[in-house]
Amino acid sequence: MTTTTAAKTPAEPQRIHAIPVRYPGRWISGAVVVVLAAMVANALLTNDTFAWPTVGEYLFSRPVLRGVGWTLFLTVTSMVIAIILAVTLAIMRRSANPVMRYVSWVYIWFFRGTPIYTQLIFWGLASVLYPVITLGVPFGPELLSMDTNVVLNATRAAILGLALNEAAYLAEIVRAGLQSVDRGQFEAARALGMKEGRILWRIVLPQAMRVIVPPTGNETISMLKTTSLVLAVPFSLDLQFATNAIGNRTFQPVPLLMVAAIWYLAITSVLMVGQFYLERYYGRGFDEHVPKRGRRGRQSAINAAKTTPELGAIDDMGRPIGGGV
Amino acid sequence: MSAQTSTAPMVEMTGVHKWYGDAHVLRGVDLVVQQGTVTVMLGPSGSGKSTALRCINQLEEIGAGAVRVEGELMGYREGTKGGKPALYRLHPRQIATQRARVGMVFQRFNLFPHMTALGNVMEAPVQVLGKGKAEARERAVEMLSRVGLADRLDHYPAQLSGGQQQRVAIARALAMDPDIMLFDEPTSALDPELVGEVLGVMRDLASSGMTMIVVTHEIGFAREVADQVVFMADGVIVEHGPVAQVIDAPTEQRTKDFLAHVL
Repeated sequence: MTTTTAAKTPAEPQRIHAIPVRYPGRWISGAVVVVLAAMVANALLTNDTFAWPTVGEYLFSRPVLRGVGWTLFLTVTSMVIAIILAVTLAIMRRSANPVMRYVSWVYIWFFRGTPIYTQLIFWGLASVLYPVITLGVPFGPELLSMDTNVVLNATRAAILGLALNEAAYLAEIVRAGLQSVDRGQFEAARALGMKEGRILWRIVLPQAMRVIVPPTGNETISMLKTTSLVLAVPFSLDLQFATNAIGNRTFQPVPLLMVAAIWYLAITSVLMVGQFYLERYYGRGFDEHVPKRGRRGRQSAINAAKTTPELGAIDDMGRPIGGGV
Repeated sequence: MSAQTSTAPMVEMTGVHKWYGDAHVLRGVDLVVQQGTVTVMLGPSGSGKSTALRCINQLEEIGAGAVRVEGELMGYREGTKGGKPALYRLHPRQIATQRARVGMVFQRFNLFPHMTALGNVMEAPVQVLGKGKAEARERAVEMLSRVGLADRLDHYPAQLSGGQQQRVAIARALAMDPDIMLFDEPTSALDPELVGEVLGVMRDLASSGMTMIVVTHEIGFAREVADQVVFMADGVIVEHGPVAQVIDAPTEQRTKDFLAHVL
């Protein structure tokens, strides 16, 4: 009769088959969206200014593909350098050493506080301002000297300019991530005798990644498009420059802008897929509902116990035993 | 150091004071814990029992006095400066080494959430003691079996009940082969029906001869396993001695008042 005794009686409880609530608003809004989408498609496809055949002609042309390659190269290398630098800066910000803290603070203050465009121009001008780079004692003897034009060519100046600027922003993201980790984690690791560096690397940073990855994905996508600013260096092989050049040469700027936009959108989509997997990896142990290989854990154990009670083993604590490997 | 270990008590706190800014939370704590004994620390919240415990493994830096574990001064090196005796603060690396032989279990478990139960227990033996993965794994399985969790090796902390998490935390501390185990209110964050399983593991540990200091409100547990009961109030040890003395026949009014509330 009551729910508590129902489990013991052999009679199968009668399942509820209710009539679901209707949501007419969903159908109406869906219809509105379909109409709007059709209008946008119509506006894009029927306007001859977009010159879709031209878009198709150049989408996979050699100079455009080379531009895509360079843009990807700039994005990836500058982000990798920026991430390494940012983690270092964030750790310095938290250091017990006041010199480290101060240096990190000044770095972030300067590179965040000046425009990226200006920074890129200066990296490009470096070989004019300082034609020769020398290493030595200040005001004293020189130990090593190099031609700036060789060391800091346009590609390296572009990568350096993008990376140093980005590191300042990412450092704050990493700092936020490190701050998000519970103090108890440090204490537990310390109590086990772990040294500070190991605690950071093994315990704190992996947990901070959960917080760090989403905004870093954001920064990466932002970087993809910031690379178009490298013409300030001047560096002229990236996607935006390549499509602009073709557009100007052929007097068809609009279709070539579409070519660039399509590629940026495509690369962004790929990056978002990568971000999804990174988030899932660093969410392990936190996001219980993300299905993992060979579903295991408490939730699946409960599910299994409910649907097939004859298989649901119970341990000595009265809990269903999960499918632990 | 090794010459001292045979005679020195496991833990010796002498005149320990602790300040947080202006708050004077420990006001001269003297405590001796002999090897192989169980000490239970009782007292109202805010009496300083957890702080005293955390001073033993240097999670808190003491303001005055001395803490010795097996005769070795914790956190400092005794030396001289200008012909006079002086204390030199140890480098964090040296303090880490001192902590490695003092196991600790926290109220809120503090398991590493991104690692499985097995990963949690293997972490310190690999990272601190430099053990090989295979050896550490074997030992971790042994420790987790000892706390009754042999079937939960690959579970993440979020997939375990509170009682199970705390048992993993005990296994994690035991895997370091500590000379002493500190328990900071190990059952206070647990649902009532899960307290028993953790106390059971601790009872087994006590009977195996492990030196333990336990901050708790579980009077029943104290009665059962404590060799020494310490009652703290307002940053000092008000009363200490065997169960029969401190719990059954307290002489101090503050002890009586507290027990009247708890029992």
